[in-house]
Amino acid sequence: MKKMFQSIAVPVIAVVIALVISALVILAIGKNPIEAYGSLIHGAFGNQQAIIDTLIKSTPLILTGLAVGFGFRAGVFNIGAEGQMGIGALAAATFASNFGGLPPAIAIPLTMLIGMVAGAGWAAIAGFLKAKTGAHEVVTTIMLNSITTYIASFMVTGPLATGYGSPKSPEISTSAQLPILMRVGAMELSSGIVIAILAAVFMYVFLNKTTSGYEIKAVGFNPYAAEYGGISVSKNVILAMAISGALAGLAGVTELMGVHHRFLGELAGGKGFDGISIALIGQNNPIGIIFAAILIGALRTGSNEMQFMGVSKYIVMITQAIVIFLVAADRIVRAIYARKKVEA
Amino acid sequence: MNETASQVRHEYAVEMLEITKKFPGVLANDRVTIRIKNGEIHAIVGENGAGKSTLMNQLYGLYHPDSGEIKIFGEKKTFVGPRDAIKAGIGMVHQHFMLVNTLTATENVVLGNEPVKGLNFDLKHSRQVVKELSERYGLYIDIDAKIEDMPVGMQQRVEIIKTLYRGAQIIILDEPTAVLTPQEVEELFVIMRNLQKDGKTILFISHKLNEVMEISEKITVMRGGKVTAELITKDTNEREIARAMVGRDVVLKLDKAPHKPKDVVFEVKDLQVRDNRRLEVVNGVSLTVRRGEVVGIAGVAGNGQTEFIEAITGLRKVERGHIIFQGKDVTSAHPRLLREMGMTHIAEDRFKYALIKPFPAYYNVLLGRHYKPPFAKGAFLDHKEIKRYTAELMEEFDVRPRIIEHLGGNFSGGNQQKLVVGREIKANPKFMVVAQPTRGLDVGAIEFIHRQVLRMREQDVGILLISMELEEIFSLSDRILVMYEGKIMGEVRPEETTIEEVGLMMAGKKLEEIRGGKL
Repeated sequence: MKKMFQSIAVPVIAVVIALVISALVILAIGKNPIEAYGSLIHGAFGNQQAIIDTLIKSTPLILTGLAVGFGFRAGVFNIGAEGQMGIGALAAATFASNFGGLPPAIAIPLTMLIGMVAGAGWAAIAGFLKAKTGAHEVVTTIMLNSITTYIASFMVTGPLATGYGSPKSPEISTSAQLPILMRVGAMELSSGIVIAILAAVFMYVFLNKTTSGYEIKAVGFNPYAAEYGGISVSKNVILAMAISGALAGLAGVTELMGVHHRFLGELAGGKGFDGISIALIGQNNPIGIIFAAILIGALRTGSNEMQFMGVSKYIVMITQAIVIFLVAADRIVRAIYARKKVEA
Repeated sequence: MNETASQVRHEYAVEMLEITKKFPGVLANDRVTIRIKNGEIHAIVGENGAGKSTLMNQLYGLYHPDSGEIKIFGEKKTFVGPRDAIKAGIGMVHQHFMLVNTLTATENVVLGNEPVKGLNFDLKHSRQVVKELSERYGLYIDIDAKIEDMPVGMQQRVEIIKTLYRGAQIIILDEPTAVLTPQEVEELFVIMRNLQKDGKTILFISHKLNEVMEISEKITVMRGGKVTAELITKDTNEREIARAMVGRDVVLKLDKAPHKPKDVVFEVKDLQVRDNRRLEVVNGVSLTVRRGEVVGIAGVAGNGQTEFIEAITGLRKVERGHIIFQGKDVTSAHPRLLREMGMTHIAEDRFKYALIKPFPAYYNVLLGRHYKPPFAKGAFLDHKEIKRYTAELMEEFDVRPRIIEHLGGNFSGGNQQKLVVGREIKANPKFMVVAQPTRGLDVGAIEFIHRQVLRMREQDVGILLISMELEEIFSLSDRILVMYEGKIMGEVRPEETTIEEVGLMMAGKKLEEIRGGKL
């Protein structure tokens, strides 16, 4: 109970401190922080369109956050969600732009599965190298990120090229597009958000209720003890990377099937790396990750409206950076918290 | 040399009066008063967590008392750090030596206080000084050898010389015998008496009651941060000390009922294993264990026991030789297969192998059986059954606090071990590897765990016990093997051998060589 309270308290305190510091920055540039935050909130949640925009931006962030968070829980630092997201979307796009004849009931799950398997396989390469040779996954996944970039630009300028405009793949067949949940004006909320939430439920159940989850956590906490208990460390390191990669691949797939409907050269666009901060803010907890992703999504959506009233939207980068800093250095927050308790 | 004069005159070398030291959540020392007479060998005994080390660290200036007074030779002192304590004439030999492995004995002794000639380090003079100290107290060392090339006993002597070089009149020895063979212990005691003859005062921290009885003149017993007894060695006995340590009567030597061993359950043939540096640290070990029998492996730490244990439990690759369990060759088999077949393992290093600190108790007791009924239903864990079983285990093995959600790392050492022992016993093994089962435990927990081992023996489980504690080996084993540099030096029965004989084997003498003259 106390632990749960702490894991909520740390990010919440961090967000509050970050907002206070950002307010001081806004004051320093001669603007009114209350008005600025007012427009930020309005821009993110002020009307249906804003809310939908926030949710659209949050969907891939939830999934990459889950990908990285799952890795952390299993003791691997998957810094390659960016590449796995890209390769997943690329594989799915290659498939879905070529097999248009399938009915949606087959095309949608199959396209998703292909994207997830591609992401899983991509990450499993790093898992395999770690298990067999000890090569650190931070290094290998970053290398795989670069490889993805080159493969992607080859594909969109070569085999998958549309031949006009910026490099991109052709639109995927409509039968492989995710159903729209809600449409307000030009904003379309696809069912990607539902998939993201289901993925969070999966992560929770897998880690807390299954024997495989137990094994993966045991390996993450103490590989020696896991081996002693008859748990194969190599198998579980590869499995952990693969599941993490599948979640990242799913992030690419929902962007492809729900938002862009085609593979763009820069589909991941840093969202894989955002997953690291979101996992940190969400304390690697699936529910925490959903909230953290929505927080970041809202900051980004709302910052446009804040910009209209003359406060640079890059203020939210400051806010975000401070949150991450404080959560990553949660000992600082905990120390403040502990001291308060002693004084009280 | 006024100071020396006052040192000689004053009755007490050390007085720690009403010392109180709190750590968050723990009252480590609660108004502790000890007085140590000038020139005395004074033992301080107590269980782990009794506050001995905290008290000594305050005397050595590493911690500062929250309240209370420290007097050295009658003079009130406040130590900001060890430097002040050293200046006041206190030296401490820590349990883990503070030596630079790549330097020679001489260099280590003078380090931080080197004699100089002009601007240069004066090695010649240093060697001279170290040699004199060494000879004066019978602290025999090779003054030009590097620390890494020395046996542990010699390293310890370098540490003692270091304190003398810095002018120590009061020497604190923190668990000095833990790493020594019985012969080395005897040599240490000779050195301690030499130091005493020269007027030094010695504080001897230990939990080995027989050693305390042999060497000390006075004994201070601590329990729960308080002094529970001050005893004069010649007027007391081990039983009385143990009672003051634990707070109740303790059975020091368990009665081992005669038990007839059955058929062979486990066999090792000519085993060879390499360590992480690829050195052959186990070199041709063969042994058998029968059901209902405890086979003890004695030896000084670092003679290949760790790698041997890892190899037979599937945690380390076997280079050569065979491991046969229940008639099946299981050389280099995966730990899961060994567990399936009925081998369990109380690991020597419970933090490395036996325990997952961030897991709650109910996940720790699951390790090794988590994937099977009754704990798993298909792919899912049966949390209800797991929690019921954990509560039952904690009750049966008296694990405290009895909170199944308590994290593994938050239990005290003794309770962690009970959790591990409970888990490995309740898996109904046919054969158990029991390594250092009581390391770092207090007298009460040791008694409990020894009883459990003997109970398993009566239930016809084959047990291989590996321990650095000779007393443990003697009181539990039916047969004793001694391991030295990866080889077995000989096999003896506890009732037909002596501590001396086993000690000689621990130092590398073969049984035939020792008995050669007598037979």
